[in-house]
Amino acid sequence: MWTLDLTVIWAGLIAFSVFAYVAMDGFDLGVGALFPFLSVGRERDTAMNSIAPVWDGNETWLVLGGGGLFAAFPLAYAVIMPAIYAPIIAMLLGLVFRGVAFEFRWREPRHRAAWDVAFALGSVVAALAQGIALGALLQGVNVVGRAYAGGWWDWLTPFSLLTGVSLLAGYGALGATWLVMRTEGELQARARRYALILGAALVVGLALVSLATPFLEARYYQRWFTWPNLLFTAPAPLLVALVSALYFLALRRGADRAPFLLALGLFLLAYLGLAISIYPDIVPDRISIWLAAAPTSSLAFMLVGASVLAPIILIYTGYAYWVFRGKVGAEGYH
Amino acid sequence: MFSELNALALARAQFGFTVALHIVFPAFSIGLASYLAVLEALWLWTGRSVFMDLFRYWLKIFAIAFGMGVVSGLVMSYQFGTNWSVYADKTGPVLGPLMAYEVMSAFFLEAGFLGIMLFGMNKVGPGLHFLASLMVAAGTVFSAFWILAVNSWMQTPTGYGVNPQGQFTPLDWGAVIFNPSFPYRLVHMVLAAYLTTALVVGAVGAYHLLASRRAHSGASEGARVMFSMAMWMAALVAPIQILAGDEHGLNTLRYQPMKIAAMEGDYQTQKGGAALILFGLPDQANATVHAKIEIPHLSSLILTHSWDGEVKGLDAIPRADWPNVPILFFSFRIMVGLGVLMAALGMTSLVARWRGGLYAWPWLHRFALAMGPAGFVALLCGWITTEVGRQPYTVYGLLRTDNSASPLAAPAVAASLLAFVVVYFAVFTAGVFYILRLMAHPPAPGEPGIEEGAPMRAAGITPAHALNPERTLNPAE
Repeated sequence: MWTLDLTVIWAGLIAFSVFAYVAMDGFDLGVGALFPFLSVGRERDTAMNSIAPVWDGNETWLVLGGGGLFAAFPLAYAVIMPAIYAPIIAMLLGLVFRGVAFEFRWREPRHRAAWDVAFALGSVVAALAQGIALGALLQGVNVVGRAYAGGWWDWLTPFSLLTGVSLLAGYGALGATWLVMRTEGELQARARRYALILGAALVVGLALVSLATPFLEARYYQRWFTWPNLLFTAPAPLLVALVSALYFLALRRGADRAPFLLALGLFLLAYLGLAISIYPDIVPDRISIWLAAAPTSSLAFMLVGASVLAPIILIYTGYAYWVFRGKVGAEGYH
Repeated sequence: MFSELNALALARAQFGFTVALHIVFPAFSIGLASYLAVLEALWLWTGRSVFMDLFRYWLKIFAIAFGMGVVSGLVMSYQFGTNWSVYADKTGPVLGPLMAYEVMSAFFLEAGFLGIMLFGMNKVGPGLHFLASLMVAAGTVFSAFWILAVNSWMQTPTGYGVNPQGQFTPLDWGAVIFNPSFPYRLVHMVLAAYLTTALVVGAVGAYHLLASRRAHSGASEGARVMFSMAMWMAALVAPIQILAGDEHGLNTLRYQPMKIAAMEGDYQTQKGGAALILFGLPDQANATVHAKIEIPHLSSLILTHSWDGEVKGLDAIPRADWPNVPILFFSFRIMVGLGVLMAALGMTSLVARWRGGLYAWPWLHRFALAMGPAGFVALLCGWITTEVGRQPYTVYGLLRTDNSASPLAAPAVAASLLAFVVVYFAVFTAGVFYILRLMAHPPAPGEPGIEEGAPMRAAGITPAHALNPERTLNPAE
């Protein structure tokens, strides 16, 4: 189970892409969700400018996650997508609206209010849909043979709604702390207040999802609560509690960057917790990564490209963030 | 209430709809990204400000077109899984890696440098900025390379095996990528993108030449330069495209002869010299073409290079394997007809240039204006020809379309199709409106980057200060 083969490497790379997506598009979706709570004009323009140069690159990780899943684990892609059909379509439509709003809202002042609504609603729908999709997969999907065998409303349960709202709150906390880091004055103070509220909502959501998950499937329970696994899993909630405490402390003492980094830390811990629950499955409790994996020739061919291109991508993504670093105003970065 | 057939038909309608609306934007972006790189290179080389004016002018339009390409492309990357999951499971090992390469080599390149191309002129300087423009242009071409390798493999699959789970598996990556139709399709498509963009640029130039003539004022230098550049492209590329299309057709005849039979309207195999049908009304139910105008023996001459060569008709294969002839028959003819008109425009512009009428002949400008959308129409008709001609297969001859779809209930597919139609209609109507409005303004000396004082905007959107004329007009700075 722990041998390092190509399948495990690719599971790791896909997991990395998904986390990179969540970490990066999370904050810009969060800024979109906060839009209605920012004042029209300067505050909204500043918030938009803070994410404008990077959102397209951020979303490319979503394409890589989807494309990578298709390439490395085609069976998983073929089962998961029909299983979460409605949330995926809703997410895509939400992303369409918010993506074009970046450009369209500057094109015609009379249409700006409408595109601001499209931007906020699109962001909220995309975030909710991603959280719901996660819950739908965790609670188990109906698989027969090599295909999804459930209905097209199976994804909708109280649990999936809980994960949806929790992820929305989490993205909101990322967006608010991003604004704390990148803006000044009144907008920053306002973002700090939102970061407190949304951070609290995120911690509550995390706690509820963590409490519910082990009881969804017997296997999750065994993974978390049986000896000797308990030795490794017990520190997880303690770490979450510690990082949460630091997050609120950092906000209280007026730090600029620490809250955003600590919010990302919370996401990382939650993500690792998910990995503990699921690994080595790719469709939770249904299909393992080895069953879903493409043949070695496919995985090896892609690994050649990934090992050359992924570092280059990371370097120039870092460079793009570096070029547009610092505090941002309504007229752009300064 | 809904049969399985309906779910399949709805899934096909959804793919056709989303891909047709998607393809026009990347095609325009491929051409425009290269045009922008050329403009910036000319500006750096000559120092003439008109090239920077045109660069800024088209950059604003590029930003909108690129944004719409990005969001509609995101939808496409999930269509295989949501609506064609059986296809995704079977072809994933072969096609997935090609698409992963597209993301890694093209999309990240575009996304990473787009921000700098659009925002960063005064942050990184003209040299690095030009590099960013080049990288974005290269990204669009890399993207075309990989996605056309995928598409071509679906038409002419080679280099694969089949495993016990029924999946296609790669045996030879060289043969998978450089499958028999790929080089022809790639050349034909990239030329189509350049030609489409040239026709749009030419039409905008022609519009402003006509407008200034009506106003009895001299045309702006920007309008003249863009019109001249576009007409050079049309004159050079349209004839090359006709040759490339002919080569592509011969390649199709070799590997997909029944697609050619359907395009030609040949239901029956013709011995002793096949006629070429110029026009007619194909009747799929009765397997015949009504009211046809044909030239005897020409089809045999073109396709077999002999007077009496036998040309196979659709009757050579079972009826269940026929593609839809009426659609192919007309889409092919519209594409060819528009291609001939494009070449005619190019040739006319050469005559006008030689006789000194390039900026003076209003009927030439009206012709160019009318041809503005012709590239998009020809492009879509070409795609319809090749994709409808692939039916009834998703992987030609190997995997049938009705065995490729997701196990979804028809209402699910119907609801999502309806949602796509409504959202795309709203979003793309707005986008096209904003683009047309930008085009309605003539390019001016000292063309502003974006409205003065407006804040920085989206991916691909340049903040006004980044394209501040005082800071960037002199390339030597």
